[in-house]
Amino acid sequence: MAINWFKYSAPTTFYGLAGKLIPWFAISSALLFAVGLYIGFVVAPVDYQQGEFYRIIFIHVPASILSMFLYLVMAGYAALGLIFNTRLSSMMATAIAPTGALFAFISLWTGALWGKPMWGAWWVWDARLTSELILLFLYLGFIALHASIDDPRRADRASALLAIVGSVNVPIIYFSVKWWNTLHQGSTIKFSGTSMHVAMQQAMFTVLVACWLYAIAVVLARVRSIILERERNTTWINELPEVRS
Amino acid sequence: MKKSSLPSLIVLVIRRDLLLAMRRRADVLTTLIFFVMVVSLFPLGVGPEMDMLRKMAAGVLWVAALLSSMLSLGRLFSADYLDGTLEQMMLAPQSLSMLVLGKIAAHWIVSGLPLVLMAPVLGVQFDMPVQSLGVLIVGLLLGTPVLSMIGAIGAALTLGLRGGGVLLSLLVLPLCIPVLIFGTGAVEAVSTGLSAVSHLSLLGALFMLALVSTPWVTAQALRISME
Repeated sequence: MAINWFKYSAPTTFYGLAGKLIPWFAISSALLFAVGLYIGFVVAPVDYQQGEFYRIIFIHVPASILSMFLYLVMAGYAALGLIFNTRLSSMMATAIAPTGALFAFISLWTGALWGKPMWGAWWVWDARLTSELILLFLYLGFIALHASIDDPRRADRASALLAIVGSVNVPIIYFSVKWWNTLHQGSTIKFSGTSMHVAMQQAMFTVLVACWLYAIAVVLARVRSIILERERNTTWINELPEVRS
Repeated sequence: MKKSSLPSLIVLVIRRDLLLAMRRRADVLTTLIFFVMVVSLFPLGVGPEMDMLRKMAAGVLWVAALLSSMLSLGRLFSADYLDGTLEQMMLAPQSLSMLVLGKIAAHWIVSGLPLVLMAPVLGVQFDMPVQSLGVLIVGLLLGTPVLSMIGAIGAALTLGLRGGGVLLSLLVLPLCIPVLIFGTGAVEAVSTGLSAVSHLSLLGALFMLALVSTPWVTAQALRISME
């Protein structure tokens, strides 16, 4: 029996699949958030240098990681949509953008909360903060461009091109800002071992996975809405039980 | 039909755009006046202490150049779009990327070059030393074409949209940040006694990268906007 690899690349089939998957991702994300934050706020020991303040990294670090990865994922989907002209890929890119922007914002906000007691300032013009801010601007540009074009096909393709140009620019921006000024502490998690306590690692990775699952659940829910909106004139949408009632 | 070679084609597009710009001189002048005004506002805003002004001169000039280049970007394709010339360009047998490159070059000559020529005068107002001024000019010469080239992508993507001007700045400004950093970095390096070569080399690298890639990307963006 031949497997149809592209079965779920059509909005028609993907709509149902996404609907079935959302509860799984949402529930497991909620559970992992609870576990991760419990380990982070209760089990993990107090840091000998930073005291209790360091605990904000359990939200800050996963949010920063996700904000960067989601941009790449978004640009990847946008490129797929542009190259192969698949409708669903462009819809996915559109659906990812607000979640990515949200994570970039959370990362900046928690960073400011952490910076005040640690550095004595809400904001410093350091390389990582600045490039995260620019990343937020890139997300907002993508969303704004998509929102201001009425024709959805043109909107998809124009914002896809912008996302690709942006993703080429991200490393250039990152290194330019890095050489410009550096104050942020170096990475604690390195590929050659880490200087962190085990409970801290567990908490951080659990919250990271929880954030991933949350992002997937939210993006799937949003892409379902986009499918409903774009395909509202088709018969299969009108035959859906939730649309009929 | 005689098929013209690539260099002569680019020269043709540049000459046409320059001629059009000369017929509407006011547009060119407004960008320049805006640049001068923004730069002159800074001393009024932060106070006339020469020490401070000397320190921030490069940054102020670069930011003002960035903002005024945003102003003129909207005009890059809009006139040709409205009168149908752009459609003819896309139908032409010649490569659209090359035509776009010609248009970008003409746009830089009209809106970027005057800023570069004006910058020393404004730099003197900020009491910049001669050496820093020299580096500033070289930096602007390398950097302002990059601003025009990156801006062209944004101009092509926002062609014919409502509120295109503000949207254009929102899209393009974040992408221009590296140019700003290396441009001001070069001046700062010189004023602290270091060599500006590394910053200027990076600006040159950005210039080459933009020269190779942006005309093609802009052409793709135009195709998306025109279909």
